[in-house]
Amino acid sequence: MISSRSKLSLYGEKAIEWLIRICGVSAIIFVFAIFFFLFREGAPILREPGFNLWRFLTSTEWYPTSMSNVRYGTFALIAGTLSVTGVAMLIAVPFGLGAAVFVSEFCTGKLRESLKVIIELLAAIPSIVWGFIGLTVMNPLIQTVFHVQVGLNVLNAALLLALMSIPVMVSIGEDALKAVPDSYREAALALGATRWQVIYRILLPAAKNGLLAAVLLGVGRAVGETMAVLMATGHAVNVPHSIFDSVRTLTATIAAELGEASQGSPHYRVLFLIGILLFTLTFIVNLVADLVVRGINRK
Amino acid sequence: MHPQSPPPVTFGETPFTRSKRRREKIAFAVFAGMVACIVIPLFLIVGYLVKEGAPLISWDFLTTNPVGGMRKGGIWSALLGTFWLVGTSLCISAPIGVLAAVYLNEYAKDNWFNRVINLAVVNLAGVPSIVHALFGLGAFVLFAHMGRSIIAASLTLAIMTMPVIIASTKESLAAVPRQFREACWNVGATRWQTIWHIVLPNSISGILTGVILQVSRTAGETAPIMFTGAVFYRKIEEGNFFAYGLADQCMALSMHLFTVTTQVTNAPHALPFAIATVLLGFVLMVNLTAILLRSWLRGRKKW
Repeated sequence: MISSRSKLSLYGEKAIEWLIRICGVSAIIFVFAIFFFLFREGAPILREPGFNLWRFLTSTEWYPTSMSNVRYGTFALIAGTLSVTGVAMLIAVPFGLGAAVFVSEFCTGKLRESLKVIIELLAAIPSIVWGFIGLTVMNPLIQTVFHVQVGLNVLNAALLLALMSIPVMVSIGEDALKAVPDSYREAALALGATRWQVIYRILLPAAKNGLLAAVLLGVGRAVGETMAVLMATGHAVNVPHSIFDSVRTLTATIAAELGEASQGSPHYRVLFLIGILLFTLTFIVNLVADLVVRGINRK
Repeated sequence: MHPQSPPPVTFGETPFTRSKRRREKIAFAVFAGMVACIVIPLFLIVGYLVKEGAPLISWDFLTTNPVGGMRKGGIWSALLGTFWLVGTSLCISAPIGVLAAVYLNEYAKDNWFNRVINLAVVNLAGVPSIVHALFGLGAFVLFAHMGRSIIAASLTLAIMTMPVIIASTKESLAAVPRQFREACWNVGATRWQTIWHIVLPNSISGILTGVILQVSRTAGETAPIMFTGAVFYRKIEEGNFFAYGLADQCMALSMHLFTVTTQVTNAPHALPFAIATVLLGFVLMVNLTAILLRSWLRGRKKW
């Protein structure tokens, strides 16, 4: 026979299990909610006369507040995002993966633990502080080292983004290297291979999916970064021709202009449309990274 | 003719082993150099910020409101605003995040639906912070009519940083041996009783680490609060920790640093450095606490 007390606790348990289920699926709810509310605010612009989605993606003319002829072309902003991210990755990929290899294969004991702590702390520096560093430290530094007029440019932002995405790459890349079974290493060492031979003949091929995922997550981080690039890119709508050109990114445009766009205006809706673009872009990058990681786990 | 005697066999270094050892040394030096290139700038930058900002930092700086167009005075209202945002968003995201991790580790089976949940968690972490800001503006400020307020900003921050808690909690739940659960079930405990009395207490270190890391992440964010609750300037009562309410707009340290750097002209040189030092000091200290706590609890683990 079930006493009333245990009946109560039975119901209590049912309630708690339902609560756990709801929290479990909350992540899906939130992702859908993000998509829904971006569309709710942004989609009406698509029906607006005179708005052309093709021009939105391919025109370089971004004049959202022009009195006579308003034009919303985001190509220069997309070019800004891609150039900054691209240059950042040129720096971050070798250094990030190199550091992952160093921490995971060449270091032991205390040195390894302290390096991991330092890299974790590097990841913790807020993006606004990075932006401030770009403005006050890197700006004059780039001006004097490269003898250019403006230190707020692609190179400045790319250096900051590289330093910001390296910790992501190091921690994911190190996990990928750690996932390679020790028996591989032992077999190679027993044949007389040096550690460097083990790394580039055995470990890098075996861990290549994980390292690719590390790079992709670094790219995702760099594309989505807002405050640091807002302060360090120089804020000029411009398709860059060299790394010393000032640019503006998609994220920085939203951050800089949303405050001034009146709610419900076409400008405001276009900024949400850029949000949808960014959301889609990072979604794809994350999805690919996830599929790549899953590929290793199955093996 | 005598047969030529074979060359003496040596067991020492051959040119081949010598060259491969040399290559290993070069590789080591290159990788070490790369790590140095990452680590040294960190120390230089932090050192520089502290050196420039230190003269201004004092107890008064932390506990007085900014005055004179934010060129004088302290950072009290920004500091308190950051505490409020962090505290409120923690109250929202910690319970949901921990329960979500419990679901993913204890209840979910390995099927497509849970792959989708995991993918959603990863995505929530990967969505740009400015997109979270757009979402917060559309959902909480406008749709839910919260207006620009601490609660709207905190909800936005909570959703954004929840993956940190989920990931850390999930990892530590998975580290609790399965035998612990089986032993508990065998004495007649229900699933939830097992989780509450055995699994959660044994994974408290991971949960705490996740919560602490979430604090540091929340404190540093700027973009998500710019349009959902943070304002350029607001004067509040000094010394009163409850000077803000949930429906109020607030200042925040990160936003204050942005404002002073980019909007305020003729601010004293040391002021933004001092704000950056306080923000960075807070974030790094919180992170160090998490790291120390983690290693201490790991050392105490009995299995």
